[in-house]
Amino acid sequence: MIIMNKRVLTFFKIAGLILLGLLIGDALIYAGIIDEYTAQILTLAGINVIIALSLNLISGFTGQLALGHAGFMAIGAYATAYLVMHIHVPQHLWPVLVGISIIIGGIITAFFGMVIGFPTLRLKGDYLAIVTLAFAEIIRVLMINMEGITGGAAGLKGIPLYTEDINLGPVVSFTWIAVFMILIIFLIRNLIKSSPGRAIVAIREDEIAADSMGVNVFYYKMFSFTLSAFIAGIGGGLYSLFFGYLNPTMFNFMKSADFLVIVVLGGMGSIAGTVATGFILTYLQEFLRVLQDYRLVIYPLILIFIMLFKPTGLAGILEDIKTFISKKISAKAIRKTGEG
Amino acid sequence: MSILQVQNISISFGGLKAVTSFNLSLTQGELVGLIGPNGAGKTTVFNMLTGVYRPTDGDVYFESNSGETKNLIGLRPYQITKIGMSRTFQNIRLFKDLTVLDNVRVAFHFNVKYNSWDGIFRTLRYYREEDEITVKALELLKIFHIDHKSNELAKNLPYGEQRKLEIVRALATNPKLLLLDEPAAGMNPQETKDLMGLIEFVRSKFHLTILLIEHDMHLVMGICERVVVLDYGLTIAEGTPAEISSNPKVIKAYLGEEVEVHA
Repeated sequence: MIIMNKRVLTFFKIAGLILLGLLIGDALIYAGIIDEYTAQILTLAGINVIIALSLNLISGFTGQLALGHAGFMAIGAYATAYLVMHIHVPQHLWPVLVGISIIIGGIITAFFGMVIGFPTLRLKGDYLAIVTLAFAEIIRVLMINMEGITGGAAGLKGIPLYTEDINLGPVVSFTWIAVFMILIIFLIRNLIKSSPGRAIVAIREDEIAADSMGVNVFYYKMFSFTLSAFIAGIGGGLYSLFFGYLNPTMFNFMKSADFLVIVVLGGMGSIAGTVATGFILTYLQEFLRVLQDYRLVIYPLILIFIMLFKPTGLAGILEDIKTFISKKISAKAIRKTGEG
Repeated sequence: MSILQVQNISISFGGLKAVTSFNLSLTQGELVGLIGPNGAGKTTVFNMLTGVYRPTDGDVYFESNSGETKNLIGLRPYQITKIGMSRTFQNIRLFKDLTVLDNVRVAFHFNVKYNSWDGIFRTLRYYREEDEITVKALELLKIFHIDHKSNELAKNLPYGEQRKLEIVRALATNPKLLLLDEPAAGMNPQETKDLMGLIEFVRSKFHLTILLIEHDMHLVMGICERVVVLDYGLTIAEGTPAEISSNPKVIKAYLGEEVEVHA
C-alpha cells in the first residue's frame, strides 16, 4: 500500500509539473514575451514531434522502416479538415468538435495503416519501406485529383482555425498541440515500458528469438504500425486547424524525410531524443530558410554522418556524457576512499 | 508416457536432404542428447520441432501444457512456445539492447493478463502483474547466479553468462520440454561442470523434459540418459551413452573408417 501511495504521489508530481509548464508557456505567449512568430515555430515543432514520435514507434522501437509518414499525415489532415468544415455546431461546442474530429481523423488514418500493413508486415525485410514510400505518393496524387473533397492542386482553403479570436490564436493553438503532444509522449512511453511494449522492442532486437519466446510477431507489428498511423493522423489533423490551408505538395516525400531525419538524429528508439531534435530541427529550418533549396543535399549528408559516427544519435551522445560523468564521480569516490 | 512423438520428419532445402525420416520419442522427465558431426542436421531438427522450419514430411505430436496431444506441424514458433516447448539458440539470440531483466520479462509476455490499455494507463493490474513477473524473473536469474546483473544490457554480459541468460529466458516461458542448442559452447571445463549441475537442478525443480544438442562429450556422457546420433540427416544410432560410445557406426561418423594396411 505504501508503494502504491508513492506511485500516486509521483503521478501527481509529474502531472503538476507538466501543467505548470503548460501554463507558464501559455502565459509567456499571451504576455508577448514569446512573440507570435516564435510561438508559431514552437507549435509547428510540437506537430513535427508528434509525427516523428509515431515514426519512431514503428521504425525506432519496432525496427520496421517506414518512409511515408507524410501520407498518413495528409490523410489525417484532410479528414479532420473535412469534418470541421462540414459539421456545424454552436460556438460553445466548437472545441468538442475539434477534439472529436482530430481523433476521428486519426482513426481513419489508422484504418489505412491497417490496410497497407496487413499484406506487407507478413514479409521479412524492407518491404514496408518500399510500400509506405509508394503509398504516400499515391495519397498525394489522390489528393490532387479528388477535387471535390480536397480542393485539388489549388489546395483546400478556409479551414476554420482553433479559435476565431486573432489575439488568442497563438495561445490556443499552442495549448491544443502541446496537450496532444504530452498525451502522446506518455502513451508511447507507457506502452514501451509495458509487456506489449517489450514484445515490440523484442521484435526489433531479434524477430526469430521473439517468435520463439511466444511473441506473436505479426500481431505486434500490425499493432505498432496501426498505432503509428493513428498518431501520425492526429498530427495531420492538428496541422490542418493550425494552418487553415492544405495543399497536396505539403505532403511530398521531403516531408516524410523530415520526420525520418528527426528520428534518426534524435536516436532510433529514444523518445527524449525525438522530442529534443524535433524542436531543434524545426527551429533551424525556420532559421535557415535561405538554405531551403539545399535540404536535399544537407539532409542526406546529416544522415550519412550520423550513421558513420554516431548511429545512436543525440540520445546516444547524452548517454555517453552520462556514463562519462558517473565514471568520473565513481573514480573520484574511489580515490577519496583510497586516501582515507 | 511420452510427451513428444516425432514421426518420420524430413526436410530438404532445394535438392539437399537435410534431415531424413527422423524419429524420436521422449518420456516425461527424460534428459536426451542429440549429437552428431557438424552439419549432421541437429539444429535443423530443433528448428522443425519449434516451428521455425516446416518439415516437408512427417508429424510431431506433443503433449501440451493443457494435457492434450497436438500435432505441431504448421504451427508458428510462438504458438508452440505457448503450449509448452521452449528453446535456446546455438548462435546466441538475446535481445542485445535490452537489460538482462527485460530479456527474461519478454518471455513472460504471453502469461501476462493485462493488455495494452492497462499498460498505457498504468492501472492497478499493470503494477501488480509487473511486480509479479519481476520477482519471478529475478528468482530465475538467481538460480543461474546472474541476478546481480539484472540491469545490465544483455550484450555486455560475458559469453558464458549470455548462454545462461538464454536458458533463463527459455525457462521463463514455463515449458514442459526444453530444447538446448549447444548450451556449453564456448565455456571452459569448470563452467561446463557448473552448467551440468544447473541443468540437472532445473530439470528436477521444474519437472522438465530436456533435449540437448552438444559437442562437449563430457557433458553428454555425464548427464544424458539417452543419446541419439545423427549423421548426414540420418539417425545412425540410439542408446545409452555407454552403448553409443562403443557403437562402430558412431565411431566411424566421428573419426572415419579404419584402413587396414597390408604390409
